[in-house]
Amino acid sequence: MPEPHPLNRKPAASQTRPVYEIERLSKTYARNSLVALTDVHLTIHKGEFVSVIGSSGCGKSTLLKIMAGLMPPTTGRVVLEGQPVVGPRRDIGMMFQHATLLPWKTTIENIVMPIEIREGRSAARAARDRAMDLLNLVGLGDFAHVYPGELSGGMAQRAAICRMLISDPAMLLLDEPFSALDELTRDFMNMEFQRICMERRATAFLVTHSLAEAVILSDRILVMQARPGHIVEDVTIDLPRPRTLEMINTTRFGEIVAHIRDLLGREAFV
Amino acid sequence: MTDATQGQGNDTVWVEQEALIDRIPRWVAMTFLFVVVVGIWDIVTRMGWVSPIILPTPAETLDDLIFVGRNLIARGYMLDALWTTTLTVFYGFLIALTIGFSLGVLVGETKFGERAVLPYLVAIDTMPKVAFAPLFIAWLGFDIGSKVALAAFIATFPIVVATAAGLYAASENERMLFKSIGATRMQTLIRLKLPTGLPYIFTGLKIASVGVMAGAITGEFLGGGRGFGALIRQSASQLDTPRVFALILYLSLLGLALYFTVVWMQRRFVFWNKSDRPGGVG
Repeated sequence: MPEPHPLNRKPAASQTRPVYEIERLSKTYARNSLVALTDVHLTIHKGEFVSVIGSSGCGKSTLLKIMAGLMPPTTGRVVLEGQPVVGPRRDIGMMFQHATLLPWKTTIENIVMPIEIREGRSAARAARDRAMDLLNLVGLGDFAHVYPGELSGGMAQRAAICRMLISDPAMLLLDEPFSALDELTRDFMNMEFQRICMERRATAFLVTHSLAEAVILSDRILVMQARPGHIVEDVTIDLPRPRTLEMINTTRFGEIVAHIRDLLGREAFV
Repeated sequence: MTDATQGQGNDTVWVEQEALIDRIPRWVAMTFLFVVVVGIWDIVTRMGWVSPIILPTPAETLDDLIFVGRNLIARGYMLDALWTTTLTVFYGFLIALTIGFSLGVLVGETKFGERAVLPYLVAIDTMPKVAFAPLFIAWLGFDIGSKVALAAFIATFPIVVATAAGLYAASENERMLFKSIGATRMQTLIRLKLPTGLPYIFTGLKIASVGVMAGAITGEFLGGGRGFGALIRQSASQLDTPRVFALILYLSLLGLALYFTVVWMQRRFVFWNKSDRPGGVG
């Protein structure tokens, strides 16, 4: 069997400014003294798309929560844009598995909701033009004034993308954002999301269960293993940008997927 | 399309047949059931199978319905009684709403409420609340106050439970979203948890609206006074069964009015929740 190309070499192109820096991060839950993360090092540069993949319980959700400032680390340095992360920050945008649009607000009201919470109603009203631009960006321009109950799953997630982008965050944190969608919608959303990220030179960190999704979207994939949660390898994805769904059928794609599946080992499937 | 050009064979036409019992329009079904029940009632009483003291004939009941109706329209003593009961129910509901909602927020939102207040509430809720009536009479006298207290006492618990359950209804993702955008606890409560919990809260209010009626009437049975419950007890002690039937029917209008006020408010405030299931949540 031919050896695949080494995948873990650092790309020469990533010498842009670091946005998110994590050093020696560990997390131990006091409740049951469970070591969720140990010795995590991670630097994400401007415009980079980094994914983390691993079996459930490998600590990837814990990592995301610490990066979002939703949970304190036990030890280590967690720094975004030169400022330590000690709580939720407005330069972080988040997206979840479910769109979590508030059903009593229209799409556009949902999108300016973070501004309303942080700066009040008048600031939210002032942000409506920007919200409209974002809605047009994701192709939801005609749905600004309908209630979320009338949106499909994919449309709701596109609205959630707008809500994440409204405050122009420096870092996007994505917690399996498209995993609740059907496969066709999911492929489409991944391509849409790539386009949006490239257009805005967004820096993104994605937690996912899907190998194909991680490979098609990412510049780098962190492969994690559990007990205790740690990064096994930082895999660089050298597929050219923009990625297309056809790349899934290329040999290189297959090699990368096989390599990561190998790293995950049997642990991911039991 | 190729079939159309060939033009061969017939369309496969068939209609799904619903059973007759599922096809009856509501008003026909309701009228039908009413006629059947009253018909059986009429036969049973007319044939003398049941003593008229236990069950009056429909005609006697109708006579009393008209009599009571006239008294109400003429603003007689019965209207005063109905007004007294209405006030009791109204105040009882208002007090239950205030206390129930506050306790519900305490239980649903704070660990203290969940750990310290909830166990006591559950303990009290399992007691037969009507048994407290003599206490309320002793404390508040034979006036409207003791009835309001009993009505409120019975109606409070469903509101507490529903409010607390409603505050738990917001999903983990929604809570994380609010946390991640830096919402304060108060903002999360008012802008996420309470609106999400409204369908639950209204379900609690519907249960409470039934309970508050039961509490008010029980209070009037046990503590006398000038309400509709006292009238019913009086008629019952005189073995005037048709009058009791008539009074109960008018009383049920008060309960229906309260119930449908709550339903109307739910439609108005929870416009995004299109569930029409009776008592439905979600």
